[in-house]
Amino acid sequence: MTEHPRDITATSPRYDVAVVGAGPAGLAAAVTAAEAGCRVVLVDAGQQPGGQYWRHPDETAPRGDESLGHHDWSTFAGLRTRLHGLVRRQRITYLPRRQVWFVQRPSTGDEPPAHTLHLTTAYAGADGGDDGPDAVTGDAVILCPGGYDRQLPIPGWDLPGVMAAGGVQALLKGHRTVAGRRAIVAGTGPFLLPVATGLAQAGADVVAVCEAGSITGWSRDPLAAAAVPGKGREALEYATALIRHRIPYRQRTAITAIRGTDTVQSVELSRLDREGRIRKQAGTVDVDLVALGWGFTPSLELVTATGAATRKDIDDSLVAVVDEEQRATVPGIYVAGEATGVGGAVLAVAEGELAGLITARDQRAAVSQESVRALQKRITRHRRFAAAMHTAHPVPRHWHDWLHPETTVCRCEEVSYQQVCGARDDLGAGDARTVKLMARPGMGWCQGRVCGFASAKLAAAREGRALTADDLRPTAKQPFAAPISLEQLAEGPQHE
Amino acid sequence: MSPAQQHGTPDAATTEPERFEVVFDGRPLPAIAGQSVGSVLTDAGIRSWRTTRTQLRPRGLFCGIGVCYECLITVDGEPNQRACLVPARPGMALSSTVLGNGPFDTAGETDD
Ligand SMILES: Cc1cc2nc3c(=O)[nH]c(=O)nc-3n(C[C@H](O)[C@H](O)[C@H](O)COP(=O)(O)OP(=O)(O)OC[C@H]3O[C@@H](n4cnc5c(N)ncnc54)[C@H](O)[C@@H]3O)c2cc1C
Ligand code: FES
Repeated sequence: MTEHPRDITATSPRYDVAVVGAGPAGLAAAVTAAEAGCRVVLVDAGQQPGGQYWRHPDETAPRGDESLGHHDWSTFAGLRTRLHGLVRRQRITYLPRRQVWFVQRPSTGDEPPAHTLHLTTAYAGADGGDDGPDAVTGDAVILCPGGYDRQLPIPGWDLPGVMAAGGVQALLKGHRTVAGRRAIVAGTGPFLLPVATGLAQAGADVVAVCEAGSITGWSRDPLAAAAVPGKGREALEYATALIRHRIPYRQRTAITAIRGTDTVQSVELSRLDREGRIRKQAGTVDVDLVALGWGFTPSLELVTATGAATRKDIDDSLVAVVDEEQRATVPGIYVAGEATGVGGAVLAVAEGELAGLITARDQRAAVSQESVRALQKRITRHRRFAAAMHTAHPVPRHWHDWLHPETTVCRCEEVSYQQVCGARDDLGAGDARTVKLMARPGMGWCQGRVCGFASAKLAAAREGRALTADDLRPTAKQPFAAPISLEQLAEGPQHE
Repeated sequence: MSPAQQHGTPDAATTEPERFEVVFDGRPLPAIAGQSVGSVLTDAGIRSWRTTRTQLRPRGLFCGIGVCYECLITVDGEPNQRACLVPARPGMALSSTVLGNGPFDTAGETDD
């Protein structure tokens, strides 16, 4: 993806700042840069602003109180009001339902080093017939692509009725749809709590939250938790809701098998030791919905496409390397939100705001150094909190002990655990990239977004070594950040 | 309530979203404006609308946000649409793809 002719920029409108993503980070970045005087374009795959965290029912067809089930809704409402005002005053061009599928790098010597973002509609007919631009150019580009639920394969996880915890939440927040009547929520991390309480409040019977870790892990860095008092309050609210809805919170417990024929019927629970090995069976529970979440995987495709450096974060996610002013290692590229490290929406907003201020300052706008410092302080506090959270909620080291030879690892290409192991043991594949080439996990439509993390973990584990950033990079390095049509390819950057 | 909260949204309490029907494999299903196709199917208790290419296993919503491509469905004759993203529209015709005539046979293989 290095050398492409760049004459297409002639037809793509140029902005001081192009922001990708209208979630907490991108919204904050766009309004901050625009208010500091920059001309901004905001591109987002979603139908309306909010990203994953502030997903809410269609604003043109409201379904009662849109803030239902939300924290920090007033922060969002404020950002949205500012966005609308800036769009009206033509300070921000807002392009929803558009996905960036390709990032065109500047030619050597270009000053400023402007990148061009090539756009496609997020789904057929998503442009509603309007002729938006096919590409936009930003003298500075702020990437805020967020992420998605991280998953671990377990026996039976490909049955309908098994969903990513975030997906269950998205149905609730975006559509008021309750994905099942009798649900179990499992995996690790504090995000399991809003999913469980959200389901219960919407009328589902939530039989348990299974946390593979243990919250005593938090005591390892109590200062980190104390530094972010809002989080403590939030945790208390969830704890109260769990009690009110009589939802047991079972620590060091995991779903180790899911049973059913055409849809999920029951799950098998196991008690785990500290390393995630099965200590003993903990019974079978009938359910019709399983919500699974093992943290989040940041979307790194666009970051990788710019050539910016990446690294492995404390939670084993691949993230963008940024300096203390959100600059990536490539001139003209800034990154904010989950893509710099999973840490929640409050942190994402602070990073977005900082990136907005810094891009403005880098383009010679006057920016208060005091605001910059205050944001940096807030970011440091939240990063410390995030680190404590990740330490307390690791992916269990021995999770692959739960797998059977026939367990599906890659859902798209239907590659089994046995086949992944075979690539290593019989064919000598020692890293995730080679396993991928030989056994084809991660080669289907999702391009490894669902099984990439697990495949990387498996490859490292079979080699008896720790996961490295190189194990994670193949999934983030995609020719295109979104599947596109042949027509677009033909019309796209290479052939113009 | 912060002043910001009073702006920017229609008066949620008084407006009722439009109700209509979509058709899934010939069967009418109730829908509410703003719902995704995946949400309409889930509300109707339908969990799967395609089978996998090799093992013919049922698939439906998984990630819920357009990442996993498990929820592919044919919408008004257009194959391989993500049910979790496409908004339902009045009279929309949805069809399942089963028994190996899967979407993967007609398109895809994006990275071979
Ligand atoms: C499904 C899901 C549900 C979640 N629910 C909760 C919850 O209830 N509570 C909680 O505390 N945390 C939740 N989280 C975590 C939370 O979303 C994040 O902490 C927070 O949203 C991070 O903000 P962000 O701005 O970095 O990213 P996001 O909010 O993810 O926003 C990123 C935006 O970028 C867009 N985007 C990505 N790639 C492209 C592209 N190539 N082109 C155009 N646009 C693009 C996306 O469509 C999205 O709108 C959830 C996460 C997920 C994945
Ligand atoms: S449910 Fe994953 S793409 Fe639709």
